[in-house]
Amino acid sequence: MLGFARVGRFVARTLTFPVRSVKKLLGIVALVLFQLPVYAHSGFSSYWNMPRGVTSISHAIYHIHMVALWAGVVICVFVFSWMLFIFIRYRRSKGAVPSGVSEHLGVEIVWTIIPFVLLVVMAIPATRILFEIHDEAKPAMTIKVTGYQWKWSYEYLDQGVRFYSQIATPQAEINNQRVPSPNFLLEVDHPLVLPVGQKIRLLITSNDVIHDWWVPDLGVKQDAIPGYVNETWTKIDKVGTYRGECAELCGTYHGFMPIVVKAVSPAEFQQWLAKQKVVGGGKVGKSSKPSAPLSENALLTLGKKIYEKDCAVCHQTNGKGLPPTFPALKGSPIATGPVGPHLAIVIKGKKGTAMQAFSEQLQPQELAAVVTYQRHAWGNEAINKAKGHALVVHASDVTAAEG
Amino acid sequence: MSHDHHHPTGFKRWLYTTNHKDIGTMYLVFALIMFFVAGGMSLIFRIELFRPEHVFIQPEFYNQLITMHGIIMIFGVVMPAAAGLANWMIPPMIGAPDMALPRLNNWSFWLLPFAFLISLSTILMDGPTPNFGWTFYAPLSTTYGPKSTDFFIFSIHMLGLSSILAALNIAVTIINLRAPKMTWMKMPIFVWSWFITALILLAIMPVLAGGVTMMLMDRNFHTSFFEAAGGGDPILFQHIFWFFGHPEVYVLVLPAFGVISHVIPAFSRKKLFGYHMMVYATIVIAFLGFLVWMHHMFMTGAPIESQLFFMYSTMIIAVPTGVKVFNWVATMHKGSLTFETPMLFALGFLFVFTIGGVTGIMCALVPADYQYRGSYFVVAHFHYPLLATVMAIMAAIYFWLPKWCGNMYCESLGRWHFWLTLISVNLTFFPQHFIGLAGMPRRVPDYPLQFTDFNQISTIGAIVMGLAQLLFLYNIIKTVKRGKPAVERPWDGAKGLEWTLPSPMPYHSFETPPDDLDEH
Repeated sequence: MLGFARVGRFVARTLTFPVRSVKKLLGIVALVLFQLPVYAHSGFSSYWNMPRGVTSISHAIYHIHMVALWAGVVICVFVFSWMLFIFIRYRRSKGAVPSGVSEHLGVEIVWTIIPFVLLVVMAIPATRILFEIHDEAKPAMTIKVTGYQWKWSYEYLDQGVRFYSQIATPQAEINNQRVPSPNFLLEVDHPLVLPVGQKIRLLITSNDVIHDWWVPDLGVKQDAIPGYVNETWTKIDKVGTYRGECAELCGTYHGFMPIVVKAVSPAEFQQWLAKQKVVGGGKVGKSSKPSAPLSENALLTLGKKIYEKDCAVCHQTNGKGLPPTFPALKGSPIATGPVGPHLAIVIKGKKGTAMQAFSEQLQPQELAAVVTYQRHAWGNEAINKAKGHALVVHASDVTAAEG
Repeated sequence: MSHDHHHPTGFKRWLYTTNHKDIGTMYLVFALIMFFVAGGMSLIFRIELFRPEHVFIQPEFYNQLITMHGIIMIFGVVMPAAAGLANWMIPPMIGAPDMALPRLNNWSFWLLPFAFLISLSTILMDGPTPNFGWTFYAPLSTTYGPKSTDFFIFSIHMLGLSSILAALNIAVTIINLRAPKMTWMKMPIFVWSWFITALILLAIMPVLAGGVTMMLMDRNFHTSFFEAAGGGDPILFQHIFWFFGHPEVYVLVLPAFGVISHVIPAFSRKKLFGYHMMVYATIVIAFLGFLVWMHHMFMTGAPIESQLFFMYSTMIIAVPTGVKVFNWVATMHKGSLTFETPMLFALGFLFVFTIGGVTGIMCALVPADYQYRGSYFVVAHFHYPLLATVMAIMAAIYFWLPKWCGNMYCESLGRWHFWLTLISVNLTFFPQHFIGLAGMPRRVPDYPLQFTDFNQISTIGAIVMGLAQLLFLYNIIKTVKRGKPAVERPWDGAKGLEWTLPSPMPYHSFETPPDDLDEH
């Protein structure tokens, strides 16, 4: 069986749609028939029901879900078996004669009261759990979660640590050019690290459009809305890695901004925290000392790395973008024009689009590198040379432009 | 076809017509065409979802497809189909010669194709088609919306105008043109359902129009209704949208309730059980429908007080809805049942609707909604009552088609259509409950590997569903062209004024109001 699955996967992945679509279709058929067990149980902790999760809230939610589910099953079984009885008993072909009864106040009252009572029985525990969910008092620490198109940032408000967290699944896997890894779409570069056993307050907001921070195992879901700071909390019982995805349509790459929470022991958390502080307030905290200027080659190497991590999702590795939503950088007026506007758009972003203000997310050195790379790559170098525009940008230029 | 020799023929007949039957036919044909357009879109994204990675469409196009699929299915399929049924059936059911405002009727229909031409024309434009989901939340649709959003807004305005005029016409017709002996509590229940639907439409469509106008202002005239940076409020958009959007759910489903309340008695050969309770339940549902909109917004940071209020009000709706389901089943109890295609579809409605109702109660429980919202569980949940509505419309078409065209449809094709539809609907949407509960968000083009198998089952179900509808199309065309001539009352258990008319219904009917109401 597994042999066939390998063949299926090989066929499916080595050929690209739609060039050899018939063979691809055969590959897909082979996948359906033979690959189902291979895919099961990865990423999320649950396979086909709500996870019990690892917090008291997620347990409570699971409980009320199962109560409602079984109540629903009972209602369905009652209605459907009554219907089935009627289908068998009152067929005209079996000689059934219609009765004249078409009103009965008694039964109407009965089937008004019984569902009502059933609903009250469900509403009582639901109300109780809701009060628990809203009990945000006495947190041990507070983390501000901000949604961006299409990444999250986490700021440990009391510890002065802040970093961005974005998808780490390679584009090649997403584009069906490589076999997906087990945590396909659920891997990030910098997970949110939290200590177990401590009540953590989460302040959730957004920088652009509405996102939603959802981790099923924690039983936490909260909209991230620009202009609002929503409050929620979690207290994780068990060490482990818990995954989730954005749960509110937020543009093109809504399906590609996962959430990974790494719950560790308090001691381990302190070690992790200390390491972050040494780096200088995490990935995005501006380091105070100016960095030494890099050579053109060093800038290009760093720039290519940054470009592929932060820019390529929209503007594509080949610089052609996905117009008109994501403009091309290859031969674009910005990347082959004067340095000033190019730096400005990378630093300040463009309002109303997914182009963010990257000065918040990258060090001056990194910004300089990525702009330098964009001015060189995809034949932009020749155009810039011909027009006499600067090719290399240094960290000092960025700092000056940032003001 | 006609007792009138004055009306124009060919294209002009349809463009100028003020006849409720012609307009009803146009609504139904339009809905059928759009059903295949929006269904085709869903097949494209279901095929993309067959595999966890990008298979053949990009995320941007995926978002455009889901947006158009939702908008067209609601405004272009279910609402026009229900309006078509209303146009065809309300005048004969109440013994009226036509709708009260025939010229307005013509205009309300003809706005519709042009509204959709405007939104679909954005596909040909430079720049993405609306890509923010059918709920078009701000600021994704305002500050961040593509240029084509302004066309979308204009199209929504036209759709709203069309709905308001149609609803006005229906309400006025029902109030004024009933046969002399037809008191309110003798009115056929389909007419009751549409009367209440029309009132809901008149209340909510202006709200939607106001909402999209505010969007237009935000996008073009420098206002900040929904823009936090300008002192506006993105949540305000959701309040406006769902104040329209939740009653809209009942706009879709109440006419279906009406249809079912005619089909089930006809094939049970019994009067509808608890007619009065059915009318009251419909009124209560419509009223409560205005008090539950925030259950779509439980995770927006709503305070506990409003979460509790909207949880309770939403749960209460289950009571009158339950009354309706129990009364339908009670209608069949001690009846004399046969299972022709309209009855099969009505029973399919009952089965599918009950499942959707039960998951609805689950979603009403706010703590559980913390896990359900924004997941595939919600997708599964709302497709159940919507597919039930579609099945009810199909029941209506099989039920009344002989009356409309004078020919009987092919029963065995109808049964094939029913069983394939029922099985494929459940094959498509039932597995979506599972992946939603396990953590798969909605509106994503790619997904984690563990969801692959249920998604594949879902896609296969969708393809079967699509193919099954070709049988429906073929059966309709075949019946309209030729078929066994239908008698005046093709269903021996069917009662009501419409069945006293010959089949096909004459072009002009009830030019003098009837005396006898043809009651059970």
